Amino acid sequence: MPVLTLSQAINTGLRRALEDDPAVIVMGQDVGGLGGVFRVTDGLQKDFGADRVIDTPLAEAGIVGTAIGLALRGYRPVCEIQFDGFVYPAFNQIVSQLAKLRARSGGRLALPVVVRIPVGGGIGAVEHHSESNEAYFAHTAGLRVVCCSNPQDGHWLLRQAIDCDDPVIFYEPKRRYWSKSDVPEDPGDLPRFEHAQVLRDGGDVTVLTYGGMVDTCLRAAEAAEEEGHSLEVIDLRTLSPLDIETITESVRETGRCVVVHEAPTFAGLGAEIGAAVTEHCFYHLEAPVLRVGGYNTPYPPAKFEDQYLPDLDRVLDAVDQSFAW
Amino acid sequence: MTDTLSTGVTRELDENALLDAYRTMRTIRAFEERLHDEFATGEIPGFVHLYAGEEASATGVCTHLDDRDSIASTHRGHGHCIAKGVDVKAMMAEIYGRRTGSCHGKGGSMHIADLSKGMLGANGIVGGGPPLICGAALAAKQQRTGGVGVAFFGDGASNQGTTLEALNLASVWNLPAIFVAENNGYAEATASTWSVAADNIADRAAGFGMPGVIVDGFDFFAVYEAAGEAIERAREGGGPTLIEVKFTRYFGHFEGDQQTYRASEVANARENLDCLKRFRSRVTETGQVEAAKLDAVDAQVADLVDAAVDEAKAAPKPTAADLETDVYVSY
Repeated sequence: MPVLTLSQAINTGLRRALEDDPAVIVMGQDVGGLGGVFRVTDGLQKDFGADRVIDTPLAEAGIVGTAIGLALRGYRPVCEIQFDGFVYPAFNQIVSQLAKLRARSGGRLALPVVVRIPVGGGIGAVEHHSESNEAYFAHTAGLRVVCCSNPQDGHWLLRQAIDCDDPVIFYEPKRRYWSKSDVPEDPGDLPRFEHAQVLRDGGDVTVLTYGGMVDTCLRAAEAAEEEGHSLEVIDLRTLSPLDIETITESVRETGRCVVVHEAPTFAGLGAEIGAAVTEHCFYHLEAPVLRVGGYNTPYPPAKFEDQYLPDLDRVLDAVDQSFAW
Repeated sequence: MTDTLSTGVTRELDENALLDAYRTMRTIRAFEERLHDEFATGEIPGFVHLYAGEEASATGVCTHLDDRDSIASTHRGHGHCIAKGVDVKAMMAEIYGRRTGSCHGKGGSMHIADLSKGMLGANGIVGGGPPLICGAALAAKQQRTGGVGVAFFGDGASNQGTTLEALNLASVWNLPAIFVAENNGYAEATASTWSVAADNIADRAAGFGMPGVIVDGFDFFAVYEAAGEAIERAREGGGPTLIEVKFTRYFGHFEGDQQTYRASEVANARENLDCLKRFRSRVTETGQVEAAKLDAVDAQVADLVDAAVDEAKAAPKPTAADLETDVYVSY
């Protein structure tokens, strides 16, 4: 594959999945004629027809519920939710039906449904359009929660999510839709979607992050290097189940850990990760696990967005705090 | 438009079909009355919501269905399961929380499911099922199986957004879906005469561009007739129908419900409207079935339910290790 944007890489992932398996169906509001709000499904209905790339009314509970019924009857639906905040009307169907049918049927029913959600801020939108609600779903057993940060993961994590017989909440950081990189034709050595990936080796501090914050953390690591600090940046990629092994291995080496995400820190993924790291690495830690995230407020209007979202300076401040402990 | 069907009109059912329908209704009644007694002993875990009194609905609809057809059920789902052919002994074991149950003891009364029978699951969430039926009906339409999806839901669910979304989706996509609103008068303790902002749930069908029908839920033949028309239309590509079935449940919302919100309607229904009594008098008076054959069914059903309870009580319970299985697939 050539160099692709994240949006194109996901589009290509959907296209290949539709080609490979007649059971795959793409569905959501405006995924067909319009090609999706972010053009992620652009051209798919034209090439695969309106029976496989299905435009739905604006009805998120109905979209996810229909996908569950389709999955029970042999399909592998991929639903698009237009914006993170729009998933709440479907929350009950996801949490009470999608996540639980397998367990409550004693393993007799499989639910191979992917719910794609553009996530997070950074594009000048407002609340409902900029939220990071991954913790709600990570807290729900029965769902796998995946968040890509770059085009190659956008493509291959999605392909693996569609192949998976479990329901997957698949987050796409919307501010990264236009970022570009090479996408390999074969997943080869790419870690599977249950695994985190070390994107930058370093010996002083482990920085754990995902989605839209990965690029920020990589840039922070470059800046820190100029100050003589070596940051190891790990892209978590799958938020549930969490790859605690890769995290633990790194923190036992560095002795310091900073978790970075856009979501509010209170009861966010960082809280779970902080507790897990403390349990697994207590005698290796030189400082408490520190969290960098959104404030415990509703997502602010666009003009305050830069103050709300963690940036390079806030990541570096946390690194300094860790060293100062 | 909402039509009230004449209950005097029905299709011809031969003796075997009549006996089958009677057996289904009798099995549901005996199953539920036995559970009513057994629950009082404290041996059955969780909540149990009984379908007694409503047998004509599940049976009148499901008599038209086969394994290519899907149904979604409610918290009051035992009758739908039995009418759709789920194994009665496995159901009883499931309700007793045993490993031999339909869902290995992990579903319980409110979550019995059997995909091999097209039973997508009873459902503890009111209004949870109708959207799923849109998916099952869409699958049947795309695969051209001729199958239909039937969503059973109650008067409470008729006020849930998920149900209204599903009605709209079914019409927009012209799905082979039938929505059966089982109006037993109360959502828990909330009277449907107050909570449904229309004279009838079926009146809402017009707003979704589909036919709406009201039937006497105590009359198997009325339900059978209305469901037959709707299902035939759906199989032929004519789209969805909303059927409102009106009746009274014989027991409380759940076992243990003191029922302070309703008065004497149950006694009257049991005495004068009961679907099994009416079925029996009708088919014996017309000479279609001899009373002795119905009596024989009663005896066979009683034996089946006895055996189901005995086997369930003797079956093994899940272990603590079973708590952590069946959440995710293994790789």
